Amino acid sequence: MASDWDYTYAVARIRVLETHLLSDSDVNAMVASKDMKAALTYLKDKGWGDASGKDDAEEILEIEEKKIWDTMRELRVDFSVFDVLSLPQIYHNLKAAVKETCLSGVHHGVFYPDDRFGREEMLRIMREKDYSALPEHMRAAAQEAYEAMLHSRDGQLADIIVDRACLDAIEAAGQKSKAKVIRDYAESQVAVTNIKIAVRSAKTKKSLDFLHRALAPCRSFDVRQLAQAAFTGEDSLMDFLSSEGFAEAAEALEKSPSAFERWCDNMQIRAVKPQKYEVCSVGPLVAYVLARQNEIKTARIVLSGKENDLSEEDIRERTREMYV
Amino acid sequence: MSELGMFFGLLGAAVAVLFAGAGSALGVGIAGRAAAGVVTEDPNKFAQVLILQLLPGTQGIYGLLVGFITLSKIGLLGGGDITVSLPTGLMILAACLPIGIVGLISGRSQGECSAASIGIVAKRPDQFGKAMLFPAMVETYAILALLISILAVSNIPV
Repeated sequence: MASDWDYTYAVARIRVLETHLLSDSDVNAMVASKDMKAALTYLKDKGWGDASGKDDAEEILEIEEKKIWDTMRELRVDFSVFDVLSLPQIYHNLKAAVKETCLSGVHHGVFYPDDRFGREEMLRIMREKDYSALPEHMRAAAQEAYEAMLHSRDGQLADIIVDRACLDAIEAAGQKSKAKVIRDYAESQVAVTNIKIAVRSAKTKKSLDFLHRALAPCRSFDVRQLAQAAFTGEDSLMDFLSSEGFAEAAEALEKSPSAFERWCDNMQIRAVKPQKYEVCSVGPLVAYVLARQNEIKTARIVLSGKENDLSEEDIRERTREMYV
Repeated sequence: MSELGMFFGLLGAAVAVLFAGAGSALGVGIAGRAAAGVVTEDPNKFAQVLILQLLPGTQGIYGLLVGFITLSKIGLLGGGDITVSLPTGLMILAACLPIGIVGLISGRSQGECSAASIGIVAKRPDQFGKAMLFPAMVETYAILALLISILAVSNIPV
């Protein structure tokens, strides 16, 4: 890994780029736009999209996603530091490939584009059972999920196996990393995902065995206690969350499912906000990537809310906290 | 013995110029990388970040100044038939150490501080004055070392 001072040039460039990130007031202005076209125009005025003047919202958002990685390539930083950010996407592709291989049908839209483990490569690996082509942390989960799907046709079981492996991989990457931002991101990601699983399990009254299998050990709290609380019921889960310092999550849960989803994403952004004051490490770069992805997600929420004529209040409940 | 005295006197001048210059080179290099990053995205900030980049360059000048005074003291500049005894040579070397060592450490530290201040200018160019103060604080200690080195070298009887 490069020394922290090797990132001086990249961090200074990121500081300038951060001035172009959307702020909370920009999001409010978009929400207050009269329709989707006005919200899209606001984004284009902020430099979103490219010179071709495309008016399709999804195309503009894709261009913005591509810009993130183009910027990182220009900075010539070691891309392995971003591996942990792509883990949820490649594990999602694994789930999609397991299901497409075992069930009939072709599902182009459900795969994330990925240079190494996109749709074609993931399907080839599953069809040829070439698990050695996968990263080591994925191999056992891929085989287990495939066999579970083949024998039981239980898509949820395959999902649990892959999701749990994904959480374990994120936690392991966090513990292995020397970069504080990666450790903080991993801790927050695993904790929030565990809480999400526990909430859904409590609502659908899943068994304790299911919870123990689905929840991954994390540094923020004891997952066995979380599993027990979720198994006992929603009230018990709320009490557990409040006692472990996640009172805000409990409040969001009481409010609505979308408020809870918003809290989950806000936690990720809050975990990386201290990187705004870092001078010379990979932290500000990772935080910038997460901040850009967060604002693209928020722009998508606002645009689709406007397209579906949701009220400003409903859209605002779903918009995420911005990094700047 | 007089050659040895001259050698240590010369070593003092070398220490002042070498270490203080190296500190400045490191500091200006670090701040320069940050400045280049900002100018890549916003060329209008060139003048502001250039000033911040140059701040750690002063330690090298201080080292050079002490080096000149030392060379003059031991008779290598301006001629004169001067004999430098071994104790005098060692005293001159000791007198040059403050600017050498403090110049090296403060030059690098000031470069790091300048890089951080360049980050302030990148986001808030209107705060340039405040951004300049932070690395300027580091300069204080280089100036203190310079004073002691000049006073000591100047007052050593040859």
